[in-house]
Amino acid sequence: MESILKFLQMGGYAAYVWPCFILTAAVLVAMLVSSMRFMKKSENILKSLQGDDKETDGEA
Amino acid sequence: MLHRFANPKRFMRLSGLLLPWMAGLAIALVAAGLFMGLIVAPADYQQGDSARIMYVHVPNAWMAMFCYTAMAVASAVSLIWKHPLADLAAKSSAPIGAAFTFLALFTGSLWGKPMWGTWWVWDARLTSVLVLFFLYLGYMALYNAFDDPTRGSKAAAILALVGFVNVPIIKFSVDWWNTLHQPASVIKMSGPAIDASMLWPLLLMAFGFKFLYLWILFLRMRGEINTNKIRMIRLRQIHGQAG
Repeated sequence: MESILKFLQMGGYAAYVWPCFILTAAVLVAMLVSSMRFMKKSENILKSLQGDDKETDGEA
Repeated sequence: MLHRFANPKRFMRLSGLLLPWMAGLAIALVAAGLFMGLIVAPADYQQGDSARIMYVHVPNAWMAMFCYTAMAVASAVSLIWKHPLADLAAKSSAPIGAAFTFLALFTGSLWGKPMWGTWWVWDARLTSVLVLFFLYLGYMALYNAFDDPTRGSKAAAILALVGFVNVPIIKFSVDWWNTLHQPASVIKMSGPAIDASMLWPLLLMAFGFKFLYLWILFLRMRGEINTNKIRMIRLRQIHGQAG
């Protein structure tokens, strides 16, 4: 327990060290998740459109 | 080799195969880097535990320049050979590079306060990195500023190339001018001036971030390729209906 507390205190620099790691993680994960969503969304739209396209092609 | 990769269909297949590897390598390397940097590596004898900020600050700063270089090279390829994939690579690199640059500035500021006694100084290194951040923002704004996307991509590519002059300025700013920022200690002619116990976590994080960049880049490029296809299908549908 004491060693965990000591680790979290970062030799008195906790207020500087942890925000650096937390913000880096937050920004990079947000970047990753938004890019995943962008790709997934485009994939879904494309799939539904290609379905439509084949139908119209078939009719023509 | 470049040509084979440059076909959008091949890119979709190849990037689909590579994505899980990029993801796995990024996660494994960053996890190892964090463990080594936060737990195994010793505190600095001068800076104490605040030196651990280095393990995110330096990889962020390296990636800020790496992404810009990638963006400039892709822009050049796109301008000269008019290759659509190069254009997408440049466009997709910009927000990732902007994120890394923002993080380099932010973590640098949080390191500067306890070590230099100030959040910010207008010296050569810090100012040139701030300029890099604005170049990324300018690139993205210019890309989307035109109704005709090809004009936007061309204008943005020219900005990326002109702005590339800033990259060597950032790199050598600590040698050319007096600055609070310390000079390079890893990439040096005489070999790294940093102990292996600190170099390892730094390199693990740096390579982890590189794979993270490729992971996000591939995701975004695949999204862009899909978006282009969607636009074409919709155009064809409108055209078909009209005819």
